[in-house]
Amino acid sequence: MALLLAIALFFSGAVFSTAVLGKGVYQTTPEFITDVFSPEESQQEYLWLTPELKASAGDIMKHSVRGLRVRYWRLGVKTAWVMEEIGKELPITIGVVINQGSVEQVKILAFRESRGWEVRYPAFTAQYLGAQMTPDKKMDTHVDGITGATLSVRAVTKIATLALFYHQEVIAAQDKSSQNKLLQSKLSQNKETSPLVTETP
Amino acid sequence: MYKKLLATILGLNIAVAAQATPSLEEMWTLIQQQQAEITQLKAEVSSTEERITQTEVKTEATFAAVEEVTAGPVAKLADWADKTSIGGYGELHYNNLSSDNSTESKDEMDLHRFVVFFGHQFNDDLRFFSELEVEHSLVKDTDDGSNDGEVEIEQAFVEWDYTQNHRAKAGVFLLPTGIINETHEPETFYGVERNPVEKNIIPATWWEGGMMLSGEIAEGFSYDAGVHSGLFIDPNDGKSKIRDGRQKVSKAKADDLAYTGRLKYTGMPGLELAATVQYQSDVWQGDTFAGEEEADATLWELHGIYNHGPFGLRALYAHWDIDDVIESVKAGADEQEGFYIEPSYRLTEKLGFFARYSEWDNQASDSSDTEKRQYDIGLNYWLDDHVVLKADYMQEDAEGGEPELHGFNLGVGWSF
Repeated sequence: MALLLAIALFFSGAVFSTAVLGKGVYQTTPEFITDVFSPEESQQEYLWLTPELKASAGDIMKHSVRGLRVRYWRLGVKTAWVMEEIGKELPITIGVVINQGSVEQVKILAFRESRGWEVRYPAFTAQYLGAQMTPDKKMDTHVDGITGATLSVRAVTKIATLALFYHQEVIAAQDKSSQNKLLQSKLSQNKETSPLVTETP
Repeated sequence: MYKKLLATILGLNIAVAAQATPSLEEMWTLIQQQQAEITQLKAEVSSTEERITQTEVKTEATFAAVEEVTAGPVAKLADWADKTSIGGYGELHYNNLSSDNSTESKDEMDLHRFVVFFGHQFNDDLRFFSELEVEHSLVKDTDDGSNDGEVEIEQAFVEWDYTQNHRAKAGVFLLPTGIINETHEPETFYGVERNPVEKNIIPATWWEGGMMLSGEIAEGFSYDAGVHSGLFIDPNDGKSKIRDGRQKVSKAKADDLAYTGRLKYTGMPGLELAATVQYQSDVWQGDTFAGEEEADATLWELHGIYNHGPFGLRALYAHWDIDDVIESVKAGADEQEGFYIEPSYRLTEKLGFFARYSEWDNQASDSSDTEKRQYDIGLNYWLDDHVVLKADYMQEDAEGGEPELHGFNLGVGWSF
């Protein structure tokens, strides 16, 4: 009897395998980016990981961060990040959208482990909406976990926090650049309106 | 005199004018020279732009290659080391317990568990996982076979994802029942010692050898269904308690197998609801006692976990219904059951408090007083997500003159 049940379950697995359940790639990065910024188009940019940035990112991730730069997509003050973090043993691909310093969307794009897949449910990822970063680089929102999927939950929370941090750095760099341009513009105007007197009377 | 002076002035002016304004030929030469310089500069700018473009392309290609090597998912699984994982957990306990109604006491320091995990990912769909545990720190060779400690392999199985949302495993695995049987790293539960209901009724930690199918059947709903080795509650040795039946897959008698099924709901953050049913064909494993040849048994287990913000609640009920023939060994042992409820509050990210009420009975169908109760109250202090300090106070309440221990426990636990 039990053996028959097991066989039935085995084959039901094959039948239901087309459903978007369990592990797998749920959405590709290009599809995610298109969805996020549609109907407009975003600009793909890179954030260079300086030693200072890496140190702060490492504090958030609780392990060293590898790579030279992080790719992101941007339109105005909205940025989208696709990053990976290992849950228990395999990397989870996570898409995070930040708008004006707040989390606008968290989406699991790919889950490769055999447990902990509940993190992809909209009911779970919705908990991150509106989350912001505190001055000590932590997320200001409590996230209820999933029993037995603690490591997957931590991975998603760390990536959401890291995206908030990177977004903050990108916007800060932009503000600094804008200020410099403004300063240069003002200096240039000053030159035109008040030419230096070089002639000897 | 005036004419001479005028001629001199005119001559000087002409000379000066001749020096300041080049001739048409000179102008044409100058223009040609400048045009040549402009053409050369244009060529140089064009060449520089081309070099910059080439450099950008090379830089892009270099970074892409570096990223592929240093951060790509392929690289993460590229070699054997990346496919093999090592982890573990451990817990040191200090018990300071005494009894008012007996001479029994427990004052001891014990490295209760030291566990090492080894795993290997053969490919995306096939993996191996194992758990090797040393209990009570020491295993020694004694003449009479008595020993304080144990070396146990609690898990050693191969798991195969045969479809996207279904998997099968074969080997030695933890049974899908109860709250702490599968997830029992010390930082994941309150209390220095594991709760007595799951220990004495389920009985955790419980592992068997066999085959198990698991998977997700709808959003939030998952199942486990397996066939595996069963309990052996040796009647000829006077055994009747469920916990006495664990064979730990050590030359385990497998005359009659057991079957376990669980349905679990985890579709809402912070919530877990689960129900397990298990059927044991014969907990005597072919032995005969008092003229009886078979004693089947069924376990029903229900539990719920809910965490919301700082509040947490765990509740579990487990009931064994064993063939009446076991009463020939111990009266009332055909029903064994228990439950506990555990509210908790996380004051800060690092500090949490809990209280727990547990009640269980291994001779529940008997009219005599055999019920036991335990009250616990205490705290966990997480030094890190994976390192915890624990302290609690416990009070036992046993009927029928059984020793009632009370006192405090301290512990430190870790996992990685």
